[in-house]
Amino acid sequence: MTQILKKSEFYIGLAVLLFGIVLSIMEPQFLTLSNWFDLLRNNTFLGILALGELVILVSGGIDVSFTATATVAQYIMGIVLTKFIGNIFLAFLIPGIVGVSLGAFNAVIIYLTGVPAVVITIATLNLYYGLFQFLSGGEWIYNLPESFRNMAQTNILTIPQEGGWPVSLSILVLFWLGAIVVTWFILNRTTVGRKLYAMGDNQEAAKRAGFSIFKLTLFSYSYMGFLAGIAGVMQAAQTQVIQPNAIVGRELDVLAAVIIGGASVFGGRGSVLGTVLGVILLAIVRNGLVLLGVSSYWHSVATGLIILIVVVLTALQRRRRKAQST
Amino acid sequence: MSEDVLLEAEDLSKYYGGVTALEDVDISIKENSIHGLVGENGSGKSTLVKIITGVVTPEPGADINFRGDNFSELKPVEAFQKGIQVVHQDLSMFSNLSVAENIGMGQYIEQGRILVNWDEHKKQAQSSLDRLGVSFDLDTKLDELSKADQQLVAISRALASDAKLLIMDEPTASLTQEEVNELFGILEELTEKGVSILFISHRLEEVLEVGDEITVLRDGNKISTVNREEASKKKLSQLMTGEKVQFQRRLGELESEKQPLLKLDEVARKGDFEDVNMSVAEGEVLGIIGPLGSGQTKLARTLFGMNPPTSGKITIGGEKVRLESIEEAMELGIGYVPEDRLTQGLVLDQPINDNLILTDLDGFSEGLFNLISETKQKRFVDTAVDTYDIKIGKPEDKAISLSGGNQQKIVVAKWVSVEPKLLILNRPTHGVDIAAKDNIYKLIADLASQGMAIVLISDEAEEVINNSHRIRIMKEGTLTQELSSSEIGEEELYEAVMEEKNRV
Repeated sequence: MTQILKKSEFYIGLAVLLFGIVLSIMEPQFLTLSNWFDLLRNNTFLGILALGELVILVSGGIDVSFTATATVAQYIMGIVLTKFIGNIFLAFLIPGIVGVSLGAFNAVIIYLTGVPAVVITIATLNLYYGLFQFLSGGEWIYNLPESFRNMAQTNILTIPQEGGWPVSLSILVLFWLGAIVVTWFILNRTTVGRKLYAMGDNQEAAKRAGFSIFKLTLFSYSYMGFLAGIAGVMQAAQTQVIQPNAIVGRELDVLAAVIIGGASVFGGRGSVLGTVLGVILLAIVRNGLVLLGVSSYWHSVATGLIILIVVVLTALQRRRRKAQST
Repeated sequence: MSEDVLLEAEDLSKYYGGVTALEDVDISIKENSIHGLVGENGSGKSTLVKIITGVVTPEPGADINFRGDNFSELKPVEAFQKGIQVVHQDLSMFSNLSVAENIGMGQYIEQGRILVNWDEHKKQAQSSLDRLGVSFDLDTKLDELSKADQQLVAISRALASDAKLLIMDEPTASLTQEEVNELFGILEELTEKGVSILFISHRLEEVLEVGDEITVLRDGNKISTVNREEASKKKLSQLMTGEKVQFQRRLGELESEKQPLLKLDEVARKGDFEDVNMSVAEGEVLGIIGPLGSGQTKLARTLFGMNPPTSGKITIGGEKVRLESIEEAMELGIGYVPEDRLTQGLVLDQPINDNLILTDLDGFSEGLFNLISETKQKRFVDTAVDTYDIKIGKPEDKAISLSGGNQQKIVVAKWVSVEPKLLILNRPTHGVDIAAKDNIYKLIADLASQGMAIVLISDEAEEVINNSHRIRIMKEGTLTQELSSSEIGEEELYEAVMEEKNRV
């Protein structure tokens, strides 16, 4: 029990529960299946990106360029699908490859220069996005092929409602779930995952233990890139159109969710469960505010407050524990 | 101790550009023994260790024999697999990971291993903790353990990788005396289980206590290997410095009874220390000695306004003061040289000259816009470098480029520039070599003779005896007896500190 009380996931879970209870009392619409199915579907994109960012933070890095990666990956997919072949497998393969390549480029530059990752990825965010805007001319892609639309509209679960439309759970949520399982497996069951924790914790010691810092860096940024590519597909599937300026600008939402979920920007700490809860907490707060009819300006205020509270509480807890151990 | 040799290395040399790091050094470590390695900073200890662990390639001609195999150089992986393990001074552990994972981490670098075997982690961790004769909860995160326990985990990790030669770099630097004794017991036991230990330490008395043989390096050369029986602290110091070093008492006698400058009456800070009564007069050095972690640092921080006291009365020059901030303390003429110069005393990435004027920026500013006067700065820096014999390249070099002893001189010198009335020195010679130590002692005596009141916190008996007028023992958050430094010997004081500790 005391072990559970020490875990940050416990407190985020508690917060999710509390907000959930308050919201369902204030607004009955909140606790309906259709609201929750929508909520999951709408947050698949953020949820997948957050998992990538988690891996990066755990390894002691940070990446803010993934929105550009997702945009580029999504757009190239759109071009291939509309202009060449409308194959649904290509819709995943291409963004995956583009994502891994751009992520790997980040990793190489970060490793070779030793410049803090935040600086490098701010640079590549602008580089990737700027080049992309120049080449695409900012044109939207509307006519995504039939196969893609069908995939996007597939539901894995449909529940009939008495006296109303049936509610359905989108297949997109399945991709989020898949990313959760894979990320969890990598971080907790593979030697690479554990080495990432170790590297984020103490890079010098990781070097001394014989770990290849380059390979680990390459892995974490490529994995982030890969998930960014997939998230790009999710976003396109959700909106049914590819809009060049839809994604860039949401970097901080993703970072916020991961940090709320208990990951440390100093590396070595963070969990998949915490990250998922972080995404859900942000999602229900915003969802609740929408349902309650609160102006959208307040959404940022709420996000900011939650981050502050989480960070302050974590700092206090660490300080207390430090005081106890000395 | 058997007579069989575990590691025999001959003709180890290493040159960096024109600089000799190590020249024709031989070392022979017997099986089941503890081999001490001493030398001043820059004497080649770390180069030697790096060659033995394969991190650095020696110059051609080297001959290394480990457990019967000959090498002209070792690769890191080779050294690791043969059973050469290092417990670094900073431990090189992972604070967010569990005890079990920290110990069992070796499995991650096995060829072709993709999946983690958590059971194996636990089994391995348990067996190497057992071998060491200690016990921890395997799921505890490392940063929830004390430094001493973390070190035991670090040793366990080395054992888990089947260490035959365990290299320990300054293992006692952050341990209390009691923990040091415990560690020594454990090390002795390890030698009986077929592990040899290369023990590197600045503290000669510790090397003498555990080392069966002791190798002394100086300026990259091996000076001698001596048996414990033939060695003494004095002899080792001589071998290390090449000259007969005996720290002399440089401190002048106090002229007469002076009014105390700083006086503490029943001062306490909840949870840190209590019932502190002390005083120090102008020109007087008050030594405070006690086991590490007895509250000395907390008291020092309180005197410097960092942690205001929760009760009691502090007067300076007869006037009651509150000491609620560092600014206030500095205005009252208090200076503080913290124990951890690397994180608290220096801006390592900044030039030496900027570091030197950091405490007194106002004093170096002039003109309408209060800009730093480069002339003033240069004049002060030149004087300081000269007066305190600081060995620097250029004043514009970064502070991190200097050796520990020279860094420490800068920390002290920057305080002296503001001419404080009261200077608090917290373990000022921690981790510096003998020559630098002597320089710092000279400085303390000079400052005292100029009328500065000094509080010297240290855990070395010899240091407080030679460099203070009066000595107070601090233990478990309170100052106990007062001793006169002229009336007590090193052994006696050391025993007094220990006895104080055992009484509870």
